Amino acid sequence: MRTIRAVAFKEIQIYFSSPVAYIVALIFMALSGFFFVRDLGNPFPEASLSNFFQGATFLLIPLAPALTMRLLAEEQKLGTIELLLTSPVRDWEVILGKYLASFVFLLFLLALTSYYVILLVAFATPDPGPIYSGYIGLILYGMAALAVGILTSTLTSNQIIAAVVGTGILVVLYATSFIGDVVTGVWATIFNQLGFTSHFNDFDRGIIDSTHIVYFVTVIALFLFLSIRALESRRWR
Amino acid sequence: MAVEPENQADLELEPVTESADVDAMIEVRDLTHYYGPMPAVENVNFTVRRGEILGFLGPNGAGKTTTMRILTGFMPPTRGTVTLDGYDVVEKSLEVRKRVGYLPESVPLHTEMTVTSYLKYMGTLRGMGGRRIRHRIDDVIDVCRLEDYSRTIIGKLSKGFRQRVGIAQAILHEPEVLVLDEPTIGIDPIQVVETRSLIQDLGQEQTVVLSSHILPEVSMICERVLIIHEGHIVAADTPNNLAQHLRGVAQLEVEIGGPPAEVLPVLRSVNGATEVTHHPRPGVNAYRIKFREGLDLRDEISRTVVSNGWSLLSMQMSSMSLEEIFLRVTTAEDDVE
Ligand SMILES: Nc1ncnc2c1ncn2[C@@H]1O[C@H](COP(=O)(O)OP(=O)(O)O)[C@@H](O)[C@H]1O
Ligand SMILES: [Mg+2]
Repeated sequence: MRTIRAVAFKEIQIYFSSPVAYIVALIFMALSGFFFVRDLGNPFPEASLSNFFQGATFLLIPLAPALTMRLLAEEQKLGTIELLLTSPVRDWEVILGKYLASFVFLLFLLALTSYYVILLVAFATPDPGPIYSGYIGLILYGMAALAVGILTSTLTSNQIIAAVVGTGILVVLYATSFIGDVVTGVWATIFNQLGFTSHFNDFDRGIIDSTHIVYFVTVIALFLFLSIRALESRRWR
Repeated sequence: MAVEPENQADLELEPVTESADVDAMIEVRDLTHYYGPMPAVENVNFTVRRGEILGFLGPNGAGKTTTMRILTGFMPPTRGTVTLDGYDVVEKSLEVRKRVGYLPESVPLHTEMTVTSYLKYMGTLRGMGGRRIRHRIDDVIDVCRLEDYSRTIIGKLSKGFRQRVGIAQAILHEPEVLVLDEPTIGIDPIQVVETRSLIQDLGQEQTVVLSSHILPEVSMICERVLIIHEGHIVAADTPNNLAQHLRGVAQLEVEIGGPPAEVLPVLRSVNGATEVTHHPRPGVNAYRIKFREGLDLRDEISRTVVSNGWSLLSMQMSSMSLEEIFLRVTTAEDDVE
């Protein structure tokens, strides 16, 4: 536990002292702000965060891998992984520590967006239900995206490749649900169930369904497990 | 880490030392490692005694780094076993890693951290508690003479000072074994001298394995030297004996078709041969014959073999005798300093 904390703490410090993380935060706030205000010009704007939530899931596709790309790729590039893996630390502790750090930064990003909630409450009377559930969904979605990014960062020493491949995987997982909307029959169900979007949308509508929670937790666990295996196999290369 | 240590808590017995040598800290048996089709090290055997300073001497590409990465549990060998303090580096990797301090060749450090915060991080990874870490950081900063730089960002330090930080992290947790890969490479001569004496001090209490391609350096620091060349250990002795041994010896490698039990004594009786060793390889028996330099035994040996009714399959002056390695290793010092 202490080692997980040590790994996470070091990465969190680096997040908050590196320009990349702040650039990611800036881009996220600027663009999610755009999504938030997009429909406010309508005659009867809806007092909800739905536009923001939908926009955020889109933004996290490139931004989550951008946040995680450094975490293991750089250690491999600089060779610091040699000292990390010859310390008495288990491979899963390394992965969990790194993941935890990226999760903390995600929470920081989402905390910034409480600004939108404050605006909404100040100028309208939104239904609080979908706001709570939307944030829960967004956190789960973000955690799944970060887990994908951790895996690609473990697989390469090149940060750019880690980010690009991570984004590619997320695009596929994001778009799968849309394929489900086009095809029919059993394929529609399969594609819908596989992708992120259909599982996220219920949260956005104010519904907290345990099957969707199970889905995201499974995706997170799967990608973290693959990351641990990838790190282990790194010793055999 | 294929096996989780917790799962085998009830299997955990006292570490078994197979060798009769209870003083052995590291035992390497038939170690072979392949990266691709060619072995980087092959059938390497050696033992490091407790408290010993062992030098690994060899030219670039000899297999020093490969061996050290296996000793420290960074990667498992393709074949063979390595035990450290009785623990197998593959099966009991975690136990091994608790006992080792390691300075990798390239001195990889987290350049965006300060010296103190980096050491604190490494200490926590090694399972040290907060108070012990603070205490030890003061100690190692003192020992490695980093007093003026404890709050400096590592990326801003010169190569020589980074090397000191590398040594500081290696000794931080007071490991029983220190593995130092080319600890004096690329730093200026004054720092080289300081580093050598620091290693000698550390060697008073700890078992130290260090690698180098500089012969005088190894002779100066180490109690025992292994010369490694193209993945094979070609000599192992004290620096003094090695120097003696290396003087004026030449070597011939022959492959002979015939029963080794008969061939060996005949080869040994050849006039001028000082040492004959048998190296069975798949399908063929090879022999290494050492003789005093200046002699040429090729003629005599080929006649002897043929007159005994055996077949002479190949014969060559060894591609590189110890002496040549010695020379190459010594000249390398001029490149560096
Ligand atoms: N990661 C690697 N992948 C492929 N070959 C390697 C790798 N590391 C070392 N080698 C090869 O293995 C041999 C031994 O290398 P090394 O152990 O680094 O030698 P030394 O440290 O004595 O210079 C060399 O021929 C080297 O090219
Ligand atoms: Mg090397």
